[in-house]
Amino acid sequence: MNRKLKKTLGTLAFYVLLVIIVLYTVFPFYWAIVSSLKSGSELFKIEFWPSKPAWDNYLAVFRQQPFGRNILNSVFVASSTVILSLSLAVAAAYALGRINFTGRTPLLFTILGVSMFPQIAVLSGMFELVRALGLYNNLLALTLSYMIFTLPFTVWVLTTFMRELPKELEEAAVVDGAKPFTIVTKVFMPLMGPALATTGLLAFIAAWNEFLFALTFTLSGDMRTVPVAIALISGASSYELPWGNIMAASVIVTVPLIVLVLIFQRRIVSGLTAGAVKG
Amino acid sequence: MSTATVAVAAQLQEKPVKSRLTRQRIRYAWLFVTPMLVVLALVAGWPLFRTIWFSFTDANLSDLQVAEFVGFDNYVYLLSDPEWWNAVWNTVKFAAISVTLETILGLGIALALDAHFRGRGLLRAAVLIPWAIPTVVSAQMWGWMFHDVFGVINHMLMALHLISKPIAWTASPDTALVAVIIVDVWKTTPFMALLLLAGLQMLPGECYESAKVDGIHPFKVFWKITLPLLKPALMVAVIFRVLDAMRIFDLIYVMSGNNKDTMSMSVYSRQQLVDFQDVGYGSAAATLLFLIIAAFTVVYLTLSRVGRED
Amino acid sequence: MGVVWKGMAALAVTVAASIGGAQAATISISCGAVGQELQLCTDGANAWAKATGNEIKIVSTPNSATERLALYQQILAAGSADIDVYQIDVIWPGTLANHMIDLSEYIDEETVGQHFKAIIDNNTVDDKLVAMPWYTDGGVLYYRKDLLEKYNKQPPTTWQELTDTAKEIQDGERAAGNDKMWGFVFQAKAYEGLTCDALEWVDSFGGGTIVDADGKITINNEKAAAALTMARGWIGTIAPEGVLNYTEEESRGVFQSGNAVFMRNWPYAWALGNAPDSTISGKIGVSALPKGGADGKPTGVLGGWQLAVSSYSENPEIAADLVKYLTSAEEQKRRAIQGSYNPTIEALYKDQEVLTAVPFFGSLYETFVNAVARPSKVTATKYNQASSEFFNAAHDVLSGKAEAPARLAELESKLDRLSRGGRW
Repeated sequence: MNRKLKKTLGTLAFYVLLVIIVLYTVFPFYWAIVSSLKSGSELFKIEFWPSKPAWDNYLAVFRQQPFGRNILNSVFVASSTVILSLSLAVAAAYALGRINFTGRTPLLFTILGVSMFPQIAVLSGMFELVRALGLYNNLLALTLSYMIFTLPFTVWVLTTFMRELPKELEEAAVVDGAKPFTIVTKVFMPLMGPALATTGLLAFIAAWNEFLFALTFTLSGDMRTVPVAIALISGASSYELPWGNIMAASVIVTVPLIVLVLIFQRRIVSGLTAGAVKG
Repeated sequence: MSTATVAVAAQLQEKPVKSRLTRQRIRYAWLFVTPMLVVLALVAGWPLFRTIWFSFTDANLSDLQVAEFVGFDNYVYLLSDPEWWNAVWNTVKFAAISVTLETILGLGIALALDAHFRGRGLLRAAVLIPWAIPTVVSAQMWGWMFHDVFGVINHMLMALHLISKPIAWTASPDTALVAVIIVDVWKTTPFMALLLLAGLQMLPGECYESAKVDGIHPFKVFWKITLPLLKPALMVAVIFRVLDAMRIFDLIYVMSGNNKDTMSMSVYSRQQLVDFQDVGYGSAAATLLFLIIAAFTVVYLTLSRVGRED
Repeated sequence: MGVVWKGMAALAVTVAASIGGAQAATISISCGAVGQELQLCTDGANAWAKATGNEIKIVSTPNSATERLALYQQILAAGSADIDVYQIDVIWPGTLANHMIDLSEYIDEETVGQHFKAIIDNNTVDDKLVAMPWYTDGGVLYYRKDLLEKYNKQPPTTWQELTDTAKEIQDGERAAGNDKMWGFVFQAKAYEGLTCDALEWVDSFGGGTIVDADGKITINNEKAAAALTMARGWIGTIAPEGVLNYTEEESRGVFQSGNAVFMRNWPYAWALGNAPDSTISGKIGVSALPKGGADGKPTGVLGGWQLAVSSYSENPEIAADLVKYLTSAEEQKRRAIQGSYNPTIEALYKDQEVLTAVPFFGSLYETFVNAVARPSKVTATKYNQASSEFFNAAHDVLSGKAEAPARLAELESKLDRLSRGGRW
């Protein structure tokens, strides 16, 4: 009896915890949706659901600028950033995580050091680089420059996870005469599912949300990415902040990310396939 | 294990015996690392070199060509500037508190999401929402929610009778940093939770099964098995959170501008670089920020033994 | 036959190209962010393009002025010709002067002379006309007509009157049940807007403009201290403590939701406050900001935007022609009527069509023509630093961290060091 009660209480506490987590994370987003349906003076009133939802804010976002194009740009930049950084990082992580060679530790620290400078400090140099490479006002400039923050992160995370995998896996493959390339693609990649999905997703979001580089390295409206497009939204005067439109745009751009997570969340939790490790 | 495997294992581990296999593996290692290094050098090499070089000059944004070498002048001035030290102190306070909270909350959320229950896919997506909203927008949104007169937070707290009069969250020197921390924790806990969840998912299942069979209390399982096994993932997640927190910029900048109560090292550096056009001095601040983070990271990694050869 | 036709067609194309092509160029202009501002600019620029046969490329830039300046500086520091015409804030000519051409070489003196002298002076750096005025802005006082009538009050002419009236109405309204009511809202976040607000207080008391036209630092005086001490007294009594982190929009939010009696803001708040969905539509009055005292004067700070041509432009002459067109009386009139942008040409303030569209242009003419410029010209590239020192000092006083006289003395020594003894 006592045991049963304890268990029920435990389950209850668990669900209460879940509710609190959801409230904490989702309420501001809910508030963004509510705000996106308000216009004019209603924004300054507290209503938990607008009396007259103003769907016009959503139309305005697409009417005033090539917002559809901007979303596609962001999808392109974020996807290419993920593909490039993951393919570079998986290879590097195998070497750094599984092979003992001199210079490994200094290398890891140098890679980490790259992400220790404030973004604003590298902006000017990066701008010169982008212009020198002839990539100004080109989406590839963003893919390339985003490597400065996605690579250190992906390399380190993947190296850590790679190192934790049991030694026996690789040994068996080496005995079978497999080349390192095969070991990475056939042995490790399948087991790294959760780590790859997670780092990929985090890198995707980081690239999706980046503002400073995207603003500086693109010029024309049809090359802008989503955060820049949102920062460009203004009202009748430069002092006015058209909050309803900005919130509508933010809600629109968050939806693809939620869909992405729903698709990838299975990969995140696929876990180690039972029996892969044989003693 | 077969004898062949043992031999390979020995070769994999023992460094002094440089067999053909070991040498071959090292060659492959460099082959595998090189593409990443080339890209990183291309992207980061010039900008970083330039920043460090400018930190020893009096370069000004209005004309970068006439920069003159001034040695350590910028650094000397920087070290004697109380505003810089105020920014350092703000940043350290901010990073320590927010990363600690994020780690605890993130771990809790990761453990909750690791459990089996209906609708956890949706919940995982829900938890990630804060990270998915561009900071430029979410910082402004929170600023709006924190507004003392028409903000929803004061409204709710008053409705629940938790406070008797509205709090000027972002304006009062006592609460400005608290407000920034609340938002940062909200925003980046998902990052932590997701990385830890990936770590949990990659733990070998056998340990748990045997623990379950032995009837060990879940709390004990957590302390004795889960946490130690999760340590590498936890450490790397904390490192990147600390690096990000020490460089915190947009959140603070959008929420309270150049206010000294919340000014971080990056905000200080940006103010010098952009607002004041003092590229030399601003670069020195950025470089010093880099050195502070680097020193911190070295200490942290040495203590936690992550990233070292076995 | 066919060959002849082809040959003639080719000839015609060549001739057409040599006639039209000699002048035709593509000019890219950065004006405003997405929204009405951009639309007005696009319409104007396209009209010019149609008339001259050139092409226009519009570059939209961030809504936030600080981000816009940062972007400009990156592009200009790289010597990029990607933008020919820049829309710049009234405080930027000193900062960007090095990168802009002298417009007086392309635009005749008579045309320049039509504009407000104060703005032309502001835009002239070392005898170089860095930018042409496009539209102006000045700080004004908004009040609730209905509340002032209810309590039988006149719009205040001195800050003391404002303080008393605000207090009385605030207390009265709170007693009547609106416990969110405040007397006065303004902008006191530690940013450029506080420099504007605090300069208005200081100057209206006769405390000068921080730095005078010769570069001498004048801020450490009793009148300035009195002005800031007065403002300190508002915090928590007639102004919410949150005002210490308000920008324009946060103050407008409080005022427009009916929770404030007075507001200091720019003219843009007029149209929004009177929109049909506004809580206080039709209940708003606008006047000049109050005087410091009986011997003070009303001061509104000068705002607004200018157009400048980059010295890296490949077609400076054509770009200057675009600037001349966009800043002309005809174009400014169109913008005033369609978007209530304040013209910078004096004659337009007497234009009947303009006055019908925006009535307070007439009554506030004095405010706009006498608007006080921030000391951005004399402090040139150091303006942002000087302004930052000033708003930080003002913020310290307002938040009660320091007393005005001591903090102003400290400010003086900081500005002195910054300017190397007033030489800037």
